Amino acid sequence: MNDVNEIKTLIENNEVCLFMKGTPDSPQCGFSMTVSNILKHLNINFKGINVLENEELRKNIKIFSDWPTIPQLYIKGEFVGGCDIIKELFDKGELKNLLLK
Amino acid sequence: MALSIKEIKNLITASIPDAEIEIKDLMGDNNHYSAKISSKVFNGLSKIEQHKLVYKSLNGKMGKELHALSIETESK
Repeated sequence: MNDVNEIKTLIENNEVCLFMKGTPDSPQCGFSMTVSNILKHLNINFKGINVLENEELRKNIKIFSDWPTIPQLYIKGEFVGGCDIIKELFDKGELKNLLLK
Repeated sequence: MALSIKEIKNLITASIPDAEIEIKDLMGDNNHYSAKISSKVFNGLSKIEQHKLVYKSLNGKMGKELHALSIETESK
């Protein structure tokens, strides 16, 4: 239960929250790097949460989002998607709009 | 334990029978794939819901036996 609260606190306190492998400055996986770079490219401030530092969180975020892979992006408390969806939204120019809503 | 293209196709088809599937082995290592999938079941669903259906069809193998599968879904 505490674990769910930890995740809720993270996504409520950070408008853009990326659960990733590694950190924004040093991603440890190509998919995490892609999403992190897209956000940087769009000058979007985000909080990167390194799931490799917390095995419990790594497991629980997958259950919480009902999504089996990392990275996972949350904007304004809502799950937006993993790497493929973020790339698609970026290509269509729709990612930034999610922040303006 | 890696999955072959055929195994991935069979898993997806088992739960999404009308799926048209195109899979590429991106690095030739049976471990990094991309899949383009189109099906009527995606109609009216969000991208997240569409991808979840594909993940569900893989019976929990995603992120385990199957390390990397990039997914592109399309309704038809």
